Amino acid sequence: MTAALALLSRDLRLGLRQSIDVAIVVLFFLAAGILFPFAVGPAPGTLSQIAGGVVLVMAALAALLSLDRLYQPDYEDGSLDGLILAPLSLEVVALIKALAHWLSTGLPLIVVAPLLALMLNLPTEAYLPMLVALGLATPILSLLGGLGAALTLGSRRGGVLLTFIILPLYVPVLIFAVAAIDAARLGFDGQENFLLILAGLALASLALTPWATASALRQAVG
Amino acid sequence: MHRFANPGRFLRLADRLQPWLVTATMIAFAAGLYYALFHSPADYQQGETVRIMYIHVPAAWMALFAYCTIALASACALIWRHPLADVAAEAASPLGAGFTLIALVSGSLWGKPMWGTFWVWDARLTSFLLLFFLYLGHIALGQAFDDRQRGRRAAAILALVGAINVPIIKFSVDWWNTLHQPASIMRMGGPAIDPSMLVPLLLMAVAFQLFFFAALIARMKAELLSARLRTAMFNRLRAGTAGSAG
Repeated sequence: MTAALALLSRDLRLGLRQSIDVAIVVLFFLAAGILFPFAVGPAPGTLSQIAGGVVLVMAALAALLSLDRLYQPDYEDGSLDGLILAPLSLEVVALIKALAHWLSTGLPLIVVAPLLALMLNLPTEAYLPMLVALGLATPILSLLGGLGAALTLGSRRGGVLLTFIILPLYVPVLIFAVAAIDAARLGFDGQENFLLILAGLALASLALTPWATASALRQAVG
Repeated sequence: MHRFANPGRFLRLADRLQPWLVTATMIAFAAGLYYALFHSPADYQQGETVRIMYIHVPAAWMALFAYCTIALASACALIWRHPLADVAAEAASPLGAGFTLIALVSGSLWGKPMWGTFWVWDARLTSFLLLFFLYLGHIALGQAFDDRQRGRRAAAILALVGAINVPIIKFSVDWWNTLHQPASIMRMGGPAIDPSMLVPLLLMAVAFQLFFFAALIARMKAELLSARLRTAMFNRLRAGTAGSAG
């Protein structure tokens, strides 16, 4: 437990010292989202229709583009070998790393998401489901992304490859998150059901991805 | 299974099997295509375009079968460290991607006369598109490392994660949208297709299946032989430099 907390605080401190990295992720999220009104036109009806989807897609891209910092520095300077030797199972390491990534990118994205939603004219009643959906979707992204980062460790063009192999796995999350937002926006019942499915997906990835990530890390170090 | 862990033994067996498989594939394709193109009726609604089915449906079956093969081979590679299993998974991946592409393109060409458009975001088309991306990701990850073994092991983990995800993706996309006709071969109460069409379809399915095995063995052979060639060239180079140094 102490070791796990030490690892978490180390990762968070390292993240905070380069807080510009967090800021860039948040700025990317906002700037890329703001491209959409220029692309589809400023009509409020159109924008409110796509707002939920744009927020979810941009959150995915922002979270995945920041993943190259998750294991790469540790891999390059040899800390990863230390982590493998540490009295901490590698599955727990994978979990802690994903948690640190979520705290330093997922959480800031959730905080600024209402701002993007506001500029894209999302109806008021859809804010709460959007925030809950993001709260469930971003941990999935951090967990899957951690797996992708471990798999592509030491590869050529790791970042783009990582995004490419993880995005198809993100489709179910996207479908149910946007379904919940749309149900709220259009006043249908059943947004709770979509959020429950999303919670199920989050729990499943929480239970399963650390094993796959740990085994990928073992191979990366050899 | 571990009997064939020896690449030499596998190569000898493959050499003996290969001609038979290739011959059987050619015969099955000849018979299947003859039946499909000349000896089966045109559909009373769809006309001659129904013949696209004899390519489209077996390709779609094989796309799924190839992914199952990859997942199974990857599991063998990770659990037992079977030295040929990850070669098999790597060799099967481009084949599966090819079948998926054939299914997508033939489906799109079939969709134009039937639905009036090349592409609709229908559940099955969409999940096949995602399957195609899973294949491409698997191939790309396998090729992304200078150390081939590392690439194969990483791809094996990705294949297993993908295998867990394929049903989830399928379910979510099905729920998301459905416009495609429901399954008509594999369903309760027997096939809903006339025997005159079922026979060529099954013949084509057998032909595709045989082609998959023939191509898989050929690709595995090529990979094993090129690995041997690399080792031989490396040894010769090393012997050469040792000789000149001595």
